Amino acid sequence: MELAGEEKLAIGNIVAAAGIGCHGKIAEYLNMNTYTSLHGRAIPAMTGIKAANPLLTVVGFVGDGDAYAEGIEHLVHAARRNSDVKVFVHDNRVFALTTGQTTPTSPKGFKGRSTPFGSIEEPFEPLVFMLASGASFVARSFAGDIQKTKEIMKAAMLHKGFAFVDIIQPCITFFDTRDYFKERVVWLDGEPAETEETAMQKIKGDGEKVPCGIFYKVSKPTFEEQL
Amino acid sequence: MDKHGHTNIFTVVIGGAAGDGIKEAGSNLGRVLTKLGYEVFVSFKYPSLIRGGHNFSRVSFSKEKIFYDHSGIDALVALNDETIHRHLDKLNKDAVVFVENLEEHDVTAVGAKAVQLPLQEFIKKSGAPQIARSSAALGAVCYLLNLPLQKILNVLQEVFKEKGYESNITLAKLGYEHLEKLNFRRWKKIEPGEVGRREFIDGNTAFARGIVASGLDHYFSYPMTPSTSILHFLAKQQKNYNIKVIQPENEIAGIHMALGAAYAGKRAAVGTATGGFALMQEAFSLAGIAEIPVVIAVSQRQGPASGVPTHFSQADMRFVLHSGHGEFPRIVLAPGDPEEAFKCGADALNLAWKYQLPVIVLLDKHVSENSTTSVLDSSAIKIEKGKLEEMPHGHYGRYALTEDGVSPLAFPGTPGIAVKSNSYEHDEDGTVTEDFDTIKKMQDKRFAKGEGLAEEMDKYETVKVYGDTKSKDAIVFWGSNKTVILEAAKFIKKPCRLVQVLWLAPFPTEKVSRALKAAKRIIDIESNHDAQFAGLLREKTGIVAEDKILRYDSRPFDPLELAEEINAYLK
Repeated sequence: MELAGEEKLAIGNIVAAAGIGCHGKIAEYLNMNTYTSLHGRAIPAMTGIKAANPLLTVVGFVGDGDAYAEGIEHLVHAARRNSDVKVFVHDNRVFALTTGQTTPTSPKGFKGRSTPFGSIEEPFEPLVFMLASGASFVARSFAGDIQKTKEIMKAAMLHKGFAFVDIIQPCITFFDTRDYFKERVVWLDGEPAETEETAMQKIKGDGEKVPCGIFYKVSKPTFEEQL
Repeated sequence: MDKHGHTNIFTVVIGGAAGDGIKEAGSNLGRVLTKLGYEVFVSFKYPSLIRGGHNFSRVSFSKEKIFYDHSGIDALVALNDETIHRHLDKLNKDAVVFVENLEEHDVTAVGAKAVQLPLQEFIKKSGAPQIARSSAALGAVCYLLNLPLQKILNVLQEVFKEKGYESNITLAKLGYEHLEKLNFRRWKKIEPGEVGRREFIDGNTAFARGIVASGLDHYFSYPMTPSTSILHFLAKQQKNYNIKVIQPENEIAGIHMALGAAYAGKRAAVGTATGGFALMQEAFSLAGIAEIPVVIAVSQRQGPASGVPTHFSQADMRFVLHSGHGEFPRIVLAPGDPEEAFKCGADALNLAWKYQLPVIVLLDKHVSENSTTSVLDSSAIKIEKGKLEEMPHGHYGRYALTEDGVSPLAFPGTPGIAVKSNSYEHDEDGTVTEDFDTIKKMQDKRFAKGEGLAEEMDKYETVKVYGDTKSKDAIVFWGSNKTVILEAAKFIKKPCRLVQVLWLAPFPTEKVSRALKAAKRIIDIESNHDAQFAGLLREKTGIVAEDKILRYDSRPFDPLELAEEINAYLK
């Protein structure tokens, strides 16, 4: 987030919120305003912070267990109301802090310590879900490409409205998917879509590859400016 | 008049189906009587239904203070047959029963008490909507008061002008004139007193005005009976009060939004019923460790679980006192009536900010929804901002260790500093720690706030003593039972010491011990199964309330029945 300093934002006016999980450690590494919430509960606090002081840029670091399992309702409603906060999901597709269990984005058949015979549940597609919920900025990145990830995060931070970025960030200890994604990640060309239909097609891709980039970006009134 | 011969208390019941505007009718009568100069108490009973079911408003009034409504009825306004049958056994000797049509309604059991009040005819004449029809009954009741028509019309103008319903006045006038034409016998006249600054108000609205008076910025609430009318009132008034009111996706979101807003510098409050508060437990604990000021209004209703959602209970005292995992100080205030709800709301927000901790205002169905003639004194409320660090120099530690345990508070966006709030145990800067020494220091720091608070709480009315303070017989109570007990006290045959405890945490141990000093008999009166307050009293003071009057059927005590029970103990 030092990147923000180079841009149009002052570090002192940024609040970084975090949930609980491996991602949450980020708050401890940053010398800036931070708000460590509970597991799954960073997002409503972010809306509260933004509502209280609209001059702040509010970013949140959450995990796939944190935001897609425990606190998924907050994700839906923050997107629906276009709360002017930026959500970065550290998506490693596993509960790692609790030493390796399945999450809503773990693939079917995932063998974790709670599913030793393989998970019987289908994973869900967070981007489609966010698009359907009304998010005004929907992107996916792959942490294997630091430069592209930086660019997407910067664009999200400068977006006015609810910005959602799912960042594929393999856990090398409990679910090492680095090679799997290196082979499959493809980066989008051109501008983000302005219609949900086009964005939906781009998110789904051909089913083989994992498309990354900014899929959707529209401008609409934010929750906090209408309060 | 009641059967005990208190000839100066009158009671009116307006009953009908849900959707008939029964609550509104009772409130309007309460407002009119208050503005005429009477002391009024109004309760509203309703099932958890949108349409149908039996609803009724009960209005007791007098010249002297009325603490609680009475069950003996002097006038019954029956918008349907069910109302007649349900209240038959409560009709006083000279009661009058107003019905639409003597032939169509089943009035045989009522006999000569029944009087025709053709509301439908009045509706046609006035062009008013159906829901307003009880306003004609309001006019009829006003006729019985034996006051000059002009005085009543002036008050009706005032009440309905505020609400903007001209047709209600026309209806009330039709009702009044209808009885006048019949030359119907009036009630014994009780001269009203001075109106002064008295107003007719319910506890939820009074609480809301209290937190506004002490500087509320944001209110977050997911609807749940009996807390919802706080949300309604503040939502409607948000522009006047310059506050933001948000209805979140659930209670969990609501309290987290409030905590975020407070972290960013805004005075925030949350309102819910106890079930909703159960959902907030983890966040409540977060407020404790992160030392975030927040006020939570928790209104009790009969549980467990969905329980009896629109009825009364005091069964959640222990739950609230022990809420949140882990150990940390909290404040729990339990007002008993609208005036106390106002004061507790204002105090709660100030205390939360002064001590940087969560404060619960524990309400219940009755204190939330019953309305009474009250005086709310906003001028006595001062906004206390707490220990704010406006211009921190150099390094800022959100959890800096201080003697009193309260760290200087700064907000994100303050130039040159980082404000770090943490749900993990943390060091002075707000960075996570597992260092044993720091952990203990932080625990001690948070509890040190309790010590300062123990001193300051002496300045507050944490305990109130009524009645004969020298009496060897004492009654202890908390919450809205205050109202019914003070009303019952009018009918208790022996002088008695009445002790109300308003602060449940921290517990005012010394004051309570003093209030109960040398009492030979202590009767604990509560609306729960386990005598939760009696347990707390014993835990904190060693004092044992040997006698208990408990009710846990979701219904309130009745003042006369309760007086009889107390009299039996005091024989």
